[in-house]
Amino acid sequence: MIGVEAMKEENRKFKIVLTFCIMFIFWLLLSAWTVYLPEPYDFSKVSRGILAALIVTFLTYEMFVPSRGTKVLLKTRRFIPYVGWELWQIYLATIDVTKRVFGMLDVDPQVIEFDTTLRSDFALVTFANSITLTPGTITIDVEPERGRYIVHAISKAPADSLTVDQTMQKKVGYVFLEE
Amino acid sequence: MLAIDVISTIFISAGAFFMITGTVGLLKFPDFYTRMHATGKCDTLGQVLVILGCVIYEGFTFISIKLLLVAAFYLLAGPASTHALMKAAYVTGLPVWKKGDKRM
Repeated sequence: MIGVEAMKEENRKFKIVLTFCIMFIFWLLLSAWTVYLPEPYDFSKVSRGILAALIVTFLTYEMFVPSRGTKVLLKTRRFIPYVGWELWQIYLATIDVTKRVFGMLDVDPQVIEFDTTLRSDFALVTFANSITLTPGTITIDVEPERGRYIVHAISKAPADSLTVDQTMQKKVGYVFLEE
Repeated sequence: MLAIDVISTIFISAGAFFMITGTVGLLKFPDFYTRMHATGKCDTLGQVLVILGCVIYEGFTFISIKLLLVAAFYLLAGPASTHALMKAAYVTGLPVWKKGDKRM
């Protein structure tokens, strides 16, 4: 039992150090120009950043670093191309809405429901945001237990791309290993 | 310098065009849900394009890193806020417009 306690303590320290490092780098990125622009360098300016990072660390370190998941590196490697694809989808979505606004495509809204194989929180959130960003569909509600989504589609074609083709479900499932 | 000016102007005007499109859609579409389509999507890309134009104009400095962070958070927060509004409307029972109905 002592081993488990020691491991928990180790894990806590790791979380605190990691959160502090990320918070301090973030502070440097956001306000480093106030540190290096005025000439006289002194510790008091940096110490403000350290203090702020410490406060945020002790408030949020339990939430900020999630408990250890499985195959994090593989998921990260698959997630990056997915983000690129998603940015392209945002562009397509805006062109699609622009066409509908100027009357080149039809507006025929419908509400659809469908189940997915996704279960973990991060996968559900990613898929919900992806639905909202891709052409012609917006997520209304998610039921996490069954992976059920309620989606408002602006016409039949985008609705079919979710319920019939299921390209995006497969992509998200591939990224999060939840096919 | 001229090339940077031209490219950033193109980006910012494209962003402004999409924002205007979103506003026209807000006025033109028949009900709340379809209006959210117009504003939710056009605003996301419009905002990001305007920010990218500013980043290109500014060059690689700490200011442009801040702007890129703003763009990244906008891409996360935009869909979330759209989804919150849609869910609130759906849960309170706002009827969904079908083709052929009267404008709401």
